[in-house]
Amino acid sequence: MTLDLLHLMPTDLFRILPEVVLTITGVLIMLVDASLPPHVDRRNLGWLAALGTVFALLASQAQLALLQLAERTGFYGTVETSTFSIFFHVLICGIVLVTLLIALDTLPENGHHKGEFFALITFGAVGMCLLTSAVELLVVFIALEISSIATYVLAGYRKENGRGPEAAIKYFLLGSFATGFFLYGIAMVFGATGSTVISEIATRVHTGGHPGLILLALGLMLVGILFKVSAAPFHIWTPDVYEGAPSPVVALMSTAPKAAAFALLIRILYGAFPALQPIWTPLLWLVAVLSMTVGNLAALRQHNVKRMLAYSSIAHAGYLIAAFAGAGNTGITAACFYTAAYASMNVGAFAVVTLISGYEDELPLIKDFRGVLYRTPVLGGALIFFLISLIGIPFTGGFFGKFFSFTTAMGGGAVWLVLIGLLNSGLAAAYYLRLIVSIAQKPEGESPVPPVAQPIGVAVSAALMLAIAATLVLGIAPGEVLKNAAEGAYELMPHSMQMVNSLVFF
Amino acid sequence: MTVPYSWQYLPLLMHICFAIGLGIFMLVASWFIGRRRFSKVKQQTYECGMMPQGDARGRFSVRFYMVAMLFILFDVEGVFMIPWAVIYKKLPSLGCSRLFGFWEIVVYLGFVAVGLFYIIRKGILKWSDDRADL
Amino acid sequence: MHLILFILFAGLAIAGALNMLLQKHPINSALSLIVVMTSLAVLYLMLGAEFLAAAQVIVYAGAIMVLFTFVVMLLNAGREERTLGSKASWSVGFPAAVAILAIIASVILKAQGLGNAMLGDKITSTEQVSAVLFKELVLPFEVTSVLVLIAILGAVALARRGDGEERKDRR
Repeated sequence: MTLDLLHLMPTDLFRILPEVVLTITGVLIMLVDASLPPHVDRRNLGWLAALGTVFALLASQAQLALLQLAERTGFYGTVETSTFSIFFHVLICGIVLVTLLIALDTLPENGHHKGEFFALITFGAVGMCLLTSAVELLVVFIALEISSIATYVLAGYRKENGRGPEAAIKYFLLGSFATGFFLYGIAMVFGATGSTVISEIATRVHTGGHPGLILLALGLMLVGILFKVSAAPFHIWTPDVYEGAPSPVVALMSTAPKAAAFALLIRILYGAFPALQPIWTPLLWLVAVLSMTVGNLAALRQHNVKRMLAYSSIAHAGYLIAAFAGAGNTGITAACFYTAAYASMNVGAFAVVTLISGYEDELPLIKDFRGVLYRTPVLGGALIFFLISLIGIPFTGGFFGKFFSFTTAMGGGAVWLVLIGLLNSGLAAAYYLRLIVSIAQKPEGESPVPPVAQPIGVAVSAALMLAIAATLVLGIAPGEVLKNAAEGAYELMPHSMQMVNSLVFF
Repeated sequence: MTVPYSWQYLPLLMHICFAIGLGIFMLVASWFIGRRRFSKVKQQTYECGMMPQGDARGRFSVRFYMVAMLFILFDVEGVFMIPWAVIYKKLPSLGCSRLFGFWEIVVYLGFVAVGLFYIIRKGILKWSDDRADL
Repeated sequence: MHLILFILFAGLAIAGALNMLLQKHPINSALSLIVVMTSLAVLYLMLGAEFLAAAQVIVYAGAIMVLFTFVVMLLNAGREERTLGSKASWSVGFPAAVAILAIIASVILKAQGLGNAMLGDKITSTEQVSAVLFKELVLPFEVTSVLVLIAILGAVALARRGDGEERKDRR
């Protein structure tokens, strides 16, 4: 951006510029949607949302100018602009953009509350972006609620069959319960330290006080966040919700809110409770092992593609959390990189699944995917590419994600964790390969499966290309993203915990 | 000042006592004044003058829910305006300009207005013609 | 006086909460929730949080209870049935609830110097609340309106049939 926004507007406003842009877009969509007569197609509102997301992405980029200032927080210390927040802003805006492009071409023609759909995604993005830049727990909580409520509603968007409402209700009830835990944790930490500002909490935890209360607070907050990232043992909702929610929505909710929640996890663990690292490291060790094992073992037994990918996303949360076993800011770096890699390949995989299965999931099973490579080579090839990345084969983002995560954990001395992780990766290859084989099999002549009918639209091909490009770039030239992640990690860490030679894998 | 804090709630206590007392008084008075004669018609469920029919536990329309839901939302927004009204004149003493306070509530009410415009245009509050199709 | 009021309303709150759980009919549960909410409002008032107490009565005891009642009517939820599953969840849930209560109680009791509040000890007037709300916490305050907006959107999107969609079950 050539515009010198730094001198054009108040700094405080500039710090939440991406959120402001997204909010204005959302409000515009709402107003236009309400003003149009009922029978007019709302598809163009999707383009408006996409445009707003692009502007938000540019706004996050422009926020780099803010880093020259000595002051890093705005709005009385409630939001912070750092490389870390900008990294996640760009990632989340990218995911939202891809999701909007998928939705543009796959939502049914009429009668589907399209206006609300796009507005909900845009407002949800506001919450997710704010979640990654908030450094005050009240703002964190409200942002978490915004992103959660948007996803609860979107999960129940297919009202015609029973699965949609089932997914929405399950997600809503369990999710509200988890947010309740998180809120209770905030109350406890406020009681123990007398502050809700993350950096304040860190210093007051250090100077002592009420260790029991603080531990309780940490535990409660962890329950809330680990639910949002669907890590075991808080993963039960994932397969049912992913199966019942429309695929474009799953593409969003399996990546963007999770990326935001991982950012929050990093901020709370390293920002607020670095003093308790000896306590939370083994806890996360356990969560990582459980998530990987439970996710992969359950995924092996699935016949439904979306359920399989749901369990695979639980396993991937485990791989990511393994990075937290690594010491200091290498752990954060690896976790940030893994989030980006996982998001780009998963959003791509769900984009293809949407196109093959259809919005209403007419072809949900693995055996329904038979011969896709012959009927529509582009889609089959793209899905195989994303699955290869999910397995973690070199030259894809998934490989480097796993590589960094495991080497970091290794550097942190968690050899057993890495061994379990490697075993799990092998196990995971089995079910991904099953789907790949099904895709690549020759279709049988009397196959009852109808061919993939819909032509691939402009928007969704753009989405696919974006996802493929991101996965490839992360797999071939991960340097730039890694550098940004490392810078973010460096800025986030309290300086007492900085490691001089941070990048062990170089 | 030696008056305890709780004394300022004395009127509230009196109010509550009066409300409860009035209820008890009305029940007791009707017990003494009224005549009690029961017949089959009198013991029936009361339904606005017509013969009662059907079960009282039918399913209600989702409209009621929508109204209650929107009521909560605007109620919460209304509650937040009380502290603003309390503080507005004193904002300069806190180090914020009046203009800041003005824009705070304008932005806030702007969102409320957008929400209101949206639900009115969607016909959620219109029960007579079924445009919202609830 | 303070102690008597506290015991009275804390007891009411706990009794109301237990009654809410034990009642089989959802309307009865909802009504006992009003008792809980109002008792809590009194407890807040005794701690000197006037605005919070008022908001508790207006929002929770008022608006949210109306919504609860309408939802019960909407779903036509009748008397609860005790199934094998609900019995099993009782037998697991009750010990779990007791365990969580025990953990929280022991942690809070152990933490020395948490302080205690007396009636009239420390009063937070509405003015003090607003001084924080409209200066330090202005961002969460404004963001709350986005939250409300998204709730409106969600309610409309889930409750309405689609634009231009045929209505099949018109009564």
